[in-house]
Formats: sequence, C-alpha cells, structure tokens
Amino acid sequence: MSKPVIATAHFTGCFGCHMSILDIDERILDLVELVEFNKSPINDIKNFTKPVDIGIIEGGISNDENAEILMEFRKHCKILVAIGACALTGGVPSMRNLVPLKECLEEAYLNGPTVKSENTGIIPNDPDIPVLLDRVYPCHEVVKIDYFLPGCPPSADTIWNALVALLKGEPLNLDYELIKYD
Amino acid sequence: MSTNVVTFTIDGVEIKSAPDKTIIQAADDAGIYIPRLCYLKDLPPGGHCRVCTVKVNGRPVNSCTYPVAEGIVVENDIEELNSFRRNIIEMLFVEGNHFCPSCEVAGKCELQALAYRLGLLTPQMPYLYAQKELDATHPDVYLDRNRCVLCGRCVRASIHLDKKNVFGFENRGINMKISVNSNDGLQDTNLSKEDKAMSVCPTGCLVVKRQGYLTPVGKRLYDKKPIGSEIETKKVKS
Repeated sequence: MSKPVIATAHFTGCFGCHMSILDIDERILDLVELVEFNKSPINDIKNFTKPVDIGIIEGGISNDENAEILMEFRKHCKILVAIGACALTGGVPSMRNLVPLKECLEEAYLNGPTVKSENTGIIPNDPDIPVLLDRVYPCHEVVKIDYFLPGCPPSADTIWNALVALLKGEPLNLDYELIKYD
Repeated sequence: MSTNVVTFTIDGVEIKSAPDKTIIQAADDAGIYIPRLCYLKDLPPGGHCRVCTVKVNGRPVNSCTYPVAEGIVVENDIEELNSFRRNIIEMLFVEGNHFCPSCEVAGKCELQALAYRLGLLTPQMPYLYAQKELDATHPDVYLDRNRCVLCGRCVRASIHLDKKNVFGFENRGINMKISVNSNDGLQDTNLSKEDKAMSVCPTGCLVVKRQGYLTPVGKRLYDKKPIGSEIETKKVKS
C-alpha cells in the first residue's frame, strides 16, 4: 500500500504552526517514513500532483489568494485539518476586523506616524499583490473544515498525536494539556 | 436523623446537606463540580450566566439560586446540559473580542478554562467584531470591555465586599455593558487596585496594570488541571 499523502499550507499568520510541526524533533524521521509530502512550504512543492489524504492548514483568510488556495486544498484533500488560532478564529491578524479596511490602509500607508510626510504615501495597488478582503476570516467560514487543533501555536505533541490518530483512523482524543487557545 | 439535613442525589450520587444551601453550594461541599461562570462562592448569586444550569426532577434550573430539598433528583454532568453550556461559552466568545494568543489573562481565564473543560475546540459561530470601549484612565487598573462576559461579579463584589458601588450594568440585551460610577471613567471613581472587585473578574476585562504575563506558560492556573478540579479533589479526600 502506498504511503498516505500530506499537504500543508500557510495563509495569514506567522508561520509558527509550521515551526511547531517541525518541532516534533526526531519524530520527523518517523514522519517521513509514515507519509509522503505533497504541496507544502516545507518541501516547496508549488502545485498538487496527486490526491491528498490529509491537508494541514495554518493561518486565517485575509486576501483573495488565501481564499483561492484554501478552496484548492478543499478540492484536493480528503481530510482538512485547521491548526492554530489564526486558522480557527482569525487570530491576531483579525484584530483589524475591528477597524474598517479603508481606515487600516490609510493609517498604514498615508497617515501613520512612520509615513515620511503628507501626500507622499500611496496604498499599494500592484496587480501582482493579492487583494485584501474586507476582514480576516477563519478557515471554516470559507470551506468545510474536518478537524480543529487550537493553540498559538498548537504544541508539537498536539500536532503529532492528532496526526498519528488520523493516520491510524482512530478518534481524536487529546489530553487536557494539549488543548490550549494560546 | 436530624431534620437539619436534607438528602438528595446529583447524577445518582447521594448528597447530604444543610437545608439552607443552594444546589451549587451543596455540590461544592460534596466535591462535585457544576460548571459556573458568574457564580463565586463569596458573592451573592447573580443567576445570569446560566452555565450552572442543572435539571431538578427533569426541569432546568439555576443551581446557584435553587435551594436544596429533600429527595430531589439533580442531573448535572450529562451531555444535554454540557452541550448547552458549550453553546453559552461559544456565544460569549463570538460576541466579545477575545484574542487569547495575546491576552495577559490566558491560562487563568475562566471563560477559556470552561471551553477547555467542556471540549470546545473552537467557536464556529460567526464573530460579531463589535466595537467595545476600553477604559484605561485609572492609574493602576484598566477595564477592557472587549473581554467582558457580563458576569457582574465586579458589580456584586464592589457593592457587597468593598461597599463602594463602582460598577453597574448599562443598557439591555446585546447592547448591555459594564458601566462605572463616574462620567470621566475609572479615574474618577474610588476604585483601588486592592479592592475585592479587582480579583473576581473571570476574564481579562478588569485587570491590574503592570502585572501581565508574570506567570510562565506551563505554570498558569489552568495549564495542567481543568477548572473545577480544585473542587473535585475534595471528593477524593473525603
């Protein structure tokens, strides 16, 4: 039987959850024996090349590119696991949801104290830059998410135990200390 | 047997209690944890959060206000009630602006701890992102309404323990908020950081300044043991 295929993606966040995946220490050797990685920032594979068993996603959805890739993940992955506060709730980036987007951009690029002088700033509008959404969305508001792992980031043990349970087809019963919102 | 004792059951466990107690008091004494948010042992019960709802002879009641009685059958730790409790906690999360990763009270927050205990992995209802006011006018404390769950503990503690009446409720329903007894914010009240009202907030709404993040992650109140285990350990001892 071929190895289960895993893909990972990072949206709006700090990449801390991917750091936490790597933080499984020497178990990473077991992991490469157990699974095969497809599209992921870890191996830099840019496009899906086969159907994926488990997709792991980090970060909230703050722009059109995030939303597009998330939908692509939903299409290619049998199981989609959202990990970390940003993917689950929008997290720290979603603090901007309390301020209208226009005001955020004007403060950052036109009126903020670090803008050199008045009338010199412009709001970036290059077509290559993803367009910001009106607010930062949790992943489950964009596509169906099968499993949630909270944490900022979830600890390496949380991710490892959840992954092993999913690969074995066992229920996700994580110990009390492994579930944290921060 | 003395008439000063009533006998009843909680989830099939026989409890003996003085007749002037509420169900939650009798349960605490017996080492049985009933989840609660606005109830605090040293304060008169508020009865507004509904997290401590139990079933008495099949009917839902507040265990913090309902008196014990001979022969009543109380149901507490059942999935039906726990799912209602989870819903209440979830609604509180999405109505407020609770950013746990950056909050100085994370790890000792009762709202968070209840979510952990009740198995809420993440709120899935849509967030409201409502505009809430922050009052940082006081030199020693601040009031961040983004994190308020309207439990009213500070209101009751200020009245009954501090004899000051610093806090109150304003407006109704979704517009309800904690108000302070002054037009110029907390700076103009007689609140002091040593007040009992300052130590009863279950979340990070009412916080003493310059004391954040003192306890390292892993050593905070609810890092290792779920909320309520301090009550349940009593049961093991007896």
